[in-house]
Order: sequence, then structure tokens, then C-alpha cells
Amino acid sequence: MKKQILYSLKSPYREQLDVIGFRFGHGKKSAAIVGAMRGNEVQQMYVCSRMIQELKKIEAKGLIAEDTEIMVIPCVNYYSMNIGKRFWAMDNTDINRMFPGYSLGETTQRIADGLFSKIQGYECGIQLASFYQQGNFLPHVKMMDTGFASPELMKDFGLQFGILRKPRPYDTTTLNYNWQIWETKAFSVYANATDVIDENAADEAVYAILRFLDKHDMISANTPPGYITKLIDESKTKQIRSEASGIFKSSIEIGKRVERGDVLGIISDPFDGEIISEIRSTVSGTVYFEYCSPLINSNTVCFKIIK
Amino acid sequence: MIETIASAALAVNENLNIQKRRIKNGSSKKRLSLVTGTHGDELEGQYLAYMIGSYIDEHIECLNGIVDIYPALNPMGIDSLTRGVPMFDLDMNRVFPGSKDGTMIEMLCSMIIDDISGSDVCVDVHSSNIFLKEIPQIRMSVPTAPALLPYAKMMNVDLVWIHESATVLESTLAHTLNTRGTKTIVVEMGVGMRITKEYCDQLFDGILNLLKELGMWSGETAPVREPIVSEGREVGFVNSDAAGIFVPCVSFGDTVEKGDHIGDVVDPLSSKTVETVEAVCDGLVFTLREYPVVYGGSLLARILKPAAGGTE
Repeated sequence: MKKQILYSLKSPYREQLDVIGFRFGHGKKSAAIVGAMRGNEVQQMYVCSRMIQELKKIEAKGLIAEDTEIMVIPCVNYYSMNIGKRFWAMDNTDINRMFPGYSLGETTQRIADGLFSKIQGYECGIQLASFYQQGNFLPHVKMMDTGFASPELMKDFGLQFGILRKPRPYDTTTLNYNWQIWETKAFSVYANATDVIDENAADEAVYAILRFLDKHDMISANTPPGYITKLIDESKTKQIRSEASGIFKSSIEIGKRVERGDVLGIISDPFDGEIISEIRSTVSGTVYFEYCSPLINSNTVCFKIIK
Repeated sequence: MIETIASAALAVNENLNIQKRRIKNGSSKKRLSLVTGTHGDELEGQYLAYMIGSYIDEHIECLNGIVDIYPALNPMGIDSLTRGVPMFDLDMNRVFPGSKDGTMIEMLCSMIIDDISGSDVCVDVHSSNIFLKEIPQIRMSVPTAPALLPYAKMMNVDLVWIHESATVLESTLAHTLNTRGTKTIVVEMGVGMRITKEYCDQLFDGILNLLKELGMWSGETAPVREPIVSEGREVGFVNSDAAGIFVPCVSFGDTVEKGDHIGDVVDPLSSKTVETVEAVCDGLVFTLREYPVVYGGSLLARILKPAAGGTE
């Protein structure tokens, strides 16, 4: 393993920001794995740190394939992490909305460019992604439907679901989208939590990535058997929204199968405790997302169901 | 008449209400919408909305048509000094056109679009952010310029910046409305979290002139200035390469030559000048950094180059 600084940025008042990469193996740029780009992505950084532990052991046993280089970047934006902010500490811009970056541009464009120039050209790119809304996810893998890579590859992670997303205009400046445009097969792995550590989901994400690297002959690893991944078009999943606002309580666990009409949760009045809304499933399927904050506004996505 | 055009229930005993005021007189159905407050840290439009509304009230007999004023598309943002939509960390101007069946913010954006659509002209007033100060200017993409430029020239701004279109900007209010046939003009002026009265006065004259040109206003108007149009010109970007405190030595609106000293980045701890900032081209300084703390990459100024073969 070689630890190297991929990009540095001076701050007027803090120690220099160093984006650190951990390189395993030598030769062909095979896989790059990127963790936290936002200050609240603790789980994403943690999964990468676990990956580094696993890859160290694999490398020590000589089980990284010849002519294979794997790069892991646990955290791009620890400046924000250290002060409890989600986006860039100074101007609140999102590094994951700045790709492919611009070396002469604004600060976060420069960070994106500095990172992208080092992780471009890999055969595969895996980003530990998070969702903007508070909630729990069933670990899954997602791809942008840019037409540049086969969705079938998502099956190699052995997660329960592989979701294909049609890019929206605001997706065009994300790492995942730009990786694909520059011919890297790009995947987003969702390991449930964001600002807390979920050990079980982290285990599942680490095994899934190892499984993928093994399947693509980059490493030799023993992992627990995975799922036969079900591939789904994101537009075909069902979002269940709150019809009222107040205190939210889920009555279902993610990963459970529900039938149409089943009660998934309740919303009660925040002052007098009266139940004001029952949230029922409008389809039969598997719950893969649940909102997890105690307070809920109206029209908030509180469950997502794979039909 | 004050009307709530979009509403959503917040968690605890409160609704998020987006309101507009309709001022109507005469028989004409022509409609101008004045929209602002999409970003909670941009306040120039707040005073402008007041100025336009109160002046028309005092001279209501001069109005023939409908003026809709939407002072706060993001009321929670303005109220809590938050640029995006509080709780969501979302830039509202990247959520349009929204969706009736979408999340709370998508639903609100969809209702806003439905309400403004059909206006003869919509003026969407922004005021940069807390970091940069802008001379009063109108921005439009190349594809929309043929339809919007004649209106922009009526509005008493100093500059019309016609820029290349970017996919990510397809999620803006202006793009959505222009795509749906409602001519929407984006104004940028001043700086975030402040009101620059001089600029509000300038755009006030521009909006009255626009109303007059639309045949909606018979009252007095002031002469408007001819804006510089960026068409065929390039914009030079001056970004900091060092981290420290930026102290400019040019003023906003100055004309500079390439290589002119326009400011310094200094380090308060070491007492050194860490970067001498020079103009990257000849031209007009139409953007200047207002917030002094900078990192490598922070935008310090934008300079509009003179037209090829000519000078200002």
C-alpha cells in the first residue's frame, strides 16, 4: 500500500487540506473507490477505511492481481466534517456538483478537478454515496443511465438491488456521471447510513465491493455469498409521501415485503398526540427506503418501495 | 390582493406559504411578474418589490394591466438567513420545474411555475451572493437572447451578459419559464445580505420603463441607459491562487488594462502579501469580491473585454 497526497489546498486559517489516496497493487488503473465528499458522510468514509483494512490484508497475502492498481480515497472534504457542515466550509457549495472540475475555477471546482484528474482513466469507479434526505436505505448499488456502461455489471456486487437512474440536469455535474462520460464504469454504493455508522450496512458494502473486485479479477477474496441482484429502473419504484405533517413513526423495517394497503407508519399531531394520518402502501413490494427523522413535513418521501 | 399561491404543512403547527400580491387596473390583460427571493441571502429584490408596489399604489391610474409581485419564493430561507431551502440543503433554483407529485419543494416549485406561466414578461431579481458584488446586469443564455434582448435593453441595466447554456441550468426558474413561452429575464445586482439603494432605484426606473414599453404604464418614466451587451466579447475571470484576505485597489465599474494591479491577497499572520492580483485582460470590472477571506480559486473579479477592434 502506498499513501499519497492527491490534491492539496491551502487555507487562510487552517492546516492545509490534503486529499489522501491509498494505492494498492501496481499497473493498470483498475478501480478507484471514493468515500466522503460531504462533511456528513461519516459512514461513507468508514466503509472506505474498512476497505483499506481488507485490501491491506489481501495485498499482504499477494492476492492483488498482476497489473492491477486499486485506489481508495476515504475522504475528500474533511474540512467540512471537522466543523459539522455538509457542504464546503466557506461557500456551502457541493464538491459533488462540480465535476469534472476546472483547474482555474472556483475553489470547489479546483478540488473536483484535482481529484478527477487523479481518478480518471480507471476501468471502474465506485463512489460511496449518500442521499440528501434523512433516512435508512437497504444497501444497494446505483448507476446513471448514460448509455455508456451495462447495467448488468451492477449484479457483480451481489447486493439485493441494482437501480438504474435516468440522469436529471443537476446530475450532470456529479462524479458518477462524469466518470461514465470519461469511460469509467461508475457505480454508487449506498451503505444505508450517512452521519452515523451502521456496522451491518458497512459490512455489506465492504463485502459487495470486494465481491465486485474479485469478480473482475482484480483481487482474490473470500466473501459471503451475495444476492442474485434484481435490476430496477428507478422510475418504476414507488415513492410514498406524507399527506400530513407532525411526528412521524415508522412501523416497518427496511427490507420487509409489504402488501398494498399495509400500514407503513403514522403521523401524529405534535401538540396533542392525536393520530392524524396513517401512511399506507399503495403497492406490494419491498421497502428499500424509510424516512427516519421524528419530525415530518407534508409531501415528504417517507418510504420507497420496489414493486 | 394578496394571495397564497403555494403552501405546504411544516412539521409543527406552521405552513410554508408562498405569496404574491396582484395589482390590477384598467382593462388590459397584460401581465408583468416581478419575482425574487429564491435565494434566502439575496435581499436587493425585497426593497425593489416594495418600491414598485408602493409607487404603483400611489399612481394606480397610470397602470393598465396586471403586476404580480412575488417577493419571497423561498420565505423560510429569507427568514433564517439561509441561501437554500432550510432543512433540505437544496438550491431552490436547481429544482424547477418541480413536480406536482414530487417532494414538498418539487411540489411548491411546480405550483410557482403554474402561477407565473402566462405572464407577458417575468423579471427574476437576484443579488449575487455574500461573496461578490455585481453591477446591475441581465443574464441570458445564447438560445434565449433573440427573444429576451429587446426587453433587457428597456430595463436600465449596465450590462447584458449573454452566456453559453449549461445543462445544469435547465433546472432554473428562468429556463423553465422561457421554455414554456413566458419571457423571463434574470437580473443580478448588488451583493447578498445587503440592499444597495442606488441599484434598486436604477432597476425601479427600468421596470417602469418596461411597463411603459409593454403598454401597461402611462405615468412618467426616467430615461434608461443603453447597456453594454456582452455578445462577441469575452469575460475574463480573476481567481485567487493564494489563501488569505483580499483587499482590492480598484473600484467597481472601473475600466482596467491587462496587467493592472487590482488588489492584493495578504496574510494577517505572517504580515506578507501572498499574491499581487492583476487584471487578466483589458475591460470593465463588473464583478468584484466583497467578502475578503479567500481560498485558492475564490473568484475575485470578472472583467468584460472590449469588443474586438473597438474600445469603450
